[in-house]
Amino acid sequence: MNGASCAAKISTQPFSLNPTSPASHDRPLVSPKPASLFLGSTRKLRLSSSSKLNLHRRSGTVVAVSDVVKQKKSKSTHSLLITKEEGLELYEDMILGRAFEDMCAQMYYRGKMFGFVHLYNGQEAVSTGFIKLLKQQDSVVSTYRDHVHALSKGVPARAVMSELFGKTTGCCRGQGGSMHMFSREHNLLGGFAFIGEGIPVATGAAFTSKYKREVLKEADCDHVTLAFFGDGTCNNGQFFECLNMAALWKLPIVFVVENNLWAIGMSHLRATSDPQIYKKGPAFGMPGIHVDGMDVLKVREVAKEAIGRARRGEGPTLVECETYRFRGHSLADPDELRDPAEKAHYAARDPITALKKYLIENSLASEADLKAIDKKIDEVVEDAVEFADESPVPSQSQLLENVFADPKGFGIGPDGRYRCEDPKFTEGTAHV
Amino acid sequence: MLAIARQRMLGQSFKKILPAVSVLRSYSSAAKQITVREALNSALDEEMSADPKVFLMGEEVGEYQGAYKITKGLLEKYGPERVLDTPITEAGFTGIGVGAAYYGLKPVVEFMTFNFSMQAIDHIINSAAKSNYMSAGQISVPIVFRGPNGAAAGVGAQHSQCYAAWYASCPGLKVLSPYNSEDARGLLKAAIRDPDPVVFLENELLYGESFPVSDEVLDSSFCLPIGKAKIEREGKDATITAFSKMVGYALKAAEMLEKDGICAEVINLRSIRPLDRATINASVRKTNRLITVEEGFPQHGVGAEICASVVEESFSYLDAPVERIAGADVPMPYAANLERMAVPQVEDIVRAAKRACYRSVPLAATA
Repeated sequence: MNGASCAAKISTQPFSLNPTSPASHDRPLVSPKPASLFLGSTRKLRLSSSSKLNLHRRSGTVVAVSDVVKQKKSKSTHSLLITKEEGLELYEDMILGRAFEDMCAQMYYRGKMFGFVHLYNGQEAVSTGFIKLLKQQDSVVSTYRDHVHALSKGVPARAVMSELFGKTTGCCRGQGGSMHMFSREHNLLGGFAFIGEGIPVATGAAFTSKYKREVLKEADCDHVTLAFFGDGTCNNGQFFECLNMAALWKLPIVFVVENNLWAIGMSHLRATSDPQIYKKGPAFGMPGIHVDGMDVLKVREVAKEAIGRARRGEGPTLVECETYRFRGHSLADPDELRDPAEKAHYAARDPITALKKYLIENSLASEADLKAIDKKIDEVVEDAVEFADESPVPSQSQLLENVFADPKGFGIGPDGRYRCEDPKFTEGTAHV
Repeated sequence: MLAIARQRMLGQSFKKILPAVSVLRSYSSAAKQITVREALNSALDEEMSADPKVFLMGEEVGEYQGAYKITKGLLEKYGPERVLDTPITEAGFTGIGVGAAYYGLKPVVEFMTFNFSMQAIDHIINSAAKSNYMSAGQISVPIVFRGPNGAAAGVGAQHSQCYAAWYASCPGLKVLSPYNSEDARGLLKAAIRDPDPVVFLENELLYGESFPVSDEVLDSSFCLPIGKAKIEREGKDATITAFSKMVGYALKAAEMLEKDGICAEVINLRSIRPLDRATINASVRKTNRLITVEEGFPQHGVGAEICASVVEESFSYLDAPVERIAGADVPMPYAANLERMAVPQVEDIVRAAKRACYRSVPLAATA
């Protein structure tokens, strides 16, 4: 991390990080020539260690520095991007994500968790950087790699762990599982197993926010939706369909690409004609931004602007976060295709280590503060496991529950019985 | 001899020159005639004006007034924010509808035909039907997917499939298929008010047909219950179950059978899922013979499910094997004569009913 600078590759000129001059859709959107080739040459499909190390140098290059940050730099007393409280909040959230996922791996190998489990180690900066800026009413839609999105959004660790154990105290009473985390209270809309499936659903949630404001006249409804998905999804038709409709109808959504370079064993370079995903935003009329997803502060700066844009009604943004998953695709993945040098390179850029370094170097927190947080989170995760262990499995009668919100239709009438059982009902005179 | 027989038949048929649907005896006076199209349009209109959360989306629903003119006039009345013309992106806009329904809005998503719903079937099944279960009741999806289903006239294999069986096999969905205007109005209103995902299978060839409706049907609070079949014609010798266009054919077949002394009971299923097994079984226990009629492909179809249900619950009441009339087991051909052979006709139903009653007609390949 370079002190207080924020290196973000911006793919369209009018998008500026200065909040006083919002981007205008009428200006032509230009794809700039990147300072260096993203991800090295596409000719080299076999990723050798040298081409991967180029990444490190590339991300160190400052392509564009925000005006906000420049202003902040000039005021020497307040040159930091975060306050102490914010820093500790970010640290705690990332540690929670990491400790939780590590515990999931342990529990899986002990047989307490089963099926498909996809862990988020290494990508915590994206979840924390974005979700910690949201209000409770904003919504998050994710994929099957959704444990940490759930935790960042506020779903209690106990509820997530119980869900993973398949217990009735889980956030979905054990009926959803690892890949289907839903929480009405925290506006976490899942949890989808098919890649690309969550994107239209997120677009619909953003549509609702706009509809509520314009048609239902709830003037203060400025809820924003975040859609998280990976690099593999960016080749799927639904992604493009939704970029089109979100820009067409100017919906308050941010499309967050967690580009971890791999879709199970398929390298992003082998699957994509143009691997620079952020460039696909301007093709549909929205800004496309590339940011270092291993750096929570950079992600947070970009997120602030993108979420702000959506909240002000200026429309969608596509943000590509370059990140990496330290573990395999899922706990069943032997992870043999990835180059160990690539893994080592990204392990050295661990977002938690980087934030820790930043906090300590800028005297925002001491070692002792951070150790206290580590200990606290360990206890939270241990407690979650204990709670999940002791929780009951769903009763047999729960099998047939919740198929329908209202199995017979029309709901419950004023007399407390199902309306359709009212004999008057079928005569057409019943008022519903 | 023949002349006398013909005269007798003519005499009888004069008495029977009434519109086929006059067998509806449940309403005292058939006051007004409306087409199915008008019925659907008025149902949408009333539901949209009653609840501002209801909105329409689909291809050509707005400025074109609807591909089959079902949504005529609604854009002018409710504006472009509530009647959305979408790009040709079934997967995308169906998913958007589901996402909006997660938040309590009530989208009515139109598929130009249900064949196009195959591009969006992931969202119908995975994000709409299964969500209430996966989220343990936290997120219900009050969405309606509607559009024409089944064969039209000469539109070829890719525009003619019937999707009743596919959708009806999925838990979490309610599948409705109206026949006449009363069904169309009542069931569509019920579907829009229902808090669960509903697949509403209309029929293009019925849109222009008029049926008599009573004043109760025209009342804006009229609704029909989901999951209840209707006995269109009472009988005692054989039960014929059908839905959508096949109800009309079944009623005509019942009239022809009447002349041969077979009094057939015609059940209009109305609701494919949940299937009204109680009504069907009660009818079979009365008549002891069952003929199921559907337009779709025979294997794993609606008739197969009805047959299994009757065998499970009323086996000892059956006096003959269940007759299953379905579309031909081929993609729909284009040539008019082949198409006629690929879809059940009234004669097929009559033959099947006679087989069930006398077994005098050999089991030839049915359409």
